[in-house]
Amino acid sequence: MKASAFSYARATSVVNALELLAAHGDKAKVLSGGQSLMPAMNLRLISPELIVDIGEIAELRGIGVRGDVLRIGALTRHVDLLRSPEIAAHAPLLKEAVAHIAHPAIRNRGTLGGSLAHADPASELPACMVALNATIVVSGQAGERRIAAEDFFTGIYETALSAQELLIAVELPVAQKNSKHFFHEFARRHGDYAIAGLAAQAIVQRDVFTDLRMTFFAVGDRPVLAKAARKLVNVALTPAVLSDASTALGDELDPQEDHQASASMRRHLAKVLLARCASALLGRPDLNAGGPV
Amino acid sequence: MTAHMEISLDVNGERVEAHVLPRLNLADFLREHLRLTGTHVGCEHGVCGACTVRVNGEIVRSCLMLAVQSHGASVETIEGLSDSGEIADLQAAFRDRNALQCGFCTPAMLMAAQDLLKQQADPDRERIREHLSGNYCRCTGYQAIIDAIETTARRRMGRKP
Repeated sequence: MKASAFSYARATSVVNALELLAAHGDKAKVLSGGQSLMPAMNLRLISPELIVDIGEIAELRGIGVRGDVLRIGALTRHVDLLRSPEIAAHAPLLKEAVAHIAHPAIRNRGTLGGSLAHADPASELPACMVALNATIVVSGQAGERRIAAEDFFTGIYETALSAQELLIAVELPVAQKNSKHFFHEFARRHGDYAIAGLAAQAIVQRDVFTDLRMTFFAVGDRPVLAKAARKLVNVALTPAVLSDASTALGDELDPQEDHQASASMRRHLAKVLLARCASALLGRPDLNAGGPV
Repeated sequence: MTAHMEISLDVNGERVEAHVLPRLNLADFLREHLRLTGTHVGCEHGVCGACTVRVNGEIVRSCLMLAVQSHGASVETIEGLSDSGEIADLQAAFRDRNALQCGFCTPAMLMAAQDLLKQQADPDRERIREHLSGNYCRCTGYQAIIDAIETTARRRMGRKP
């Protein structure tokens, strides 16, 4: 189908975009890369009265490192994340995750800010932001708000962002020397929506996790930072400890059922991911009950 | 404000000026306003890949881009790639290997294949499959398409000194 009629405004700056959003509120929709918004409009799932195109706002672009903070502009495209030496050096989890997002033609248009504001529970980048302990930087008429990624995602396609605000950047702590990451997702086909996925960031000292942020996606209404992962921190990891964490994870998750998988299948796949992640990050093949990644 | 907007862009190297409604997507603009019907419209929500074109040198889904967003851009369609001879060898390989039947997906397949070969001269079959994963073909079963692209890559490598 075709999108229904709408008005269009090309925002010239963040200030200009915020003025437009303040004037039109939830009748307006922000257009970034359009790779989720345009399908929804073409399918007439949404019919905004006004499209505020932020695609030309130069101040929303760019990836930079200041001290131990990596700042990524909202308009950074998936392909930019994939090619950026700063991302490869300071947030390698992102680089690995982006390769799983859709297909090349989509990655050439889709943006980080768009993906986060859209907040599809099956998306890779929201989960990465939670795993990486990112801060989401949001701008509104009253000024800037800085929201922890964990608090930003509030439900299916729901975030802490109001209709009058614009997501302008994310800030991440740069990866430490002994930090490690893991990313894997199960999908029917490369590039399809994940059935269950895991983005994890860890600090490993002498074969022990001293920090482990496991964020599961497509197994709930938002990215889930698993409390069960705490059971794997500061302990000598044995199959019994892992099994305990796995049970706790199963209890903690409340996956939805859809045409791709039942809730119990998703719970099972999450447990497989937990084992593979612990095994891969510690280099302990003996822990991997789920077979090779 | 749902009025027509003025856009100016390059299409296959030629300057185009037009007045379009905001809701018009780039695929429909190319097909209906410029009569460049080699860009096909299948699913209209970014799944089938049939509408793949190049914008500023990179492949995109033209059904997921508004014509107004292409203001100031350089757009290349299958007509441009075909007329310039850039993909003549790839087209010949598709024909020789029967890598098309109904032909609906073919322009976009060629677009995606050429995009890959520009980035990577010698991709293996897995890499070819991955790069084409966003392009559906309902006739061939893909094997012949992969064959044709692999053959083209090898021939291009052979031509290098």
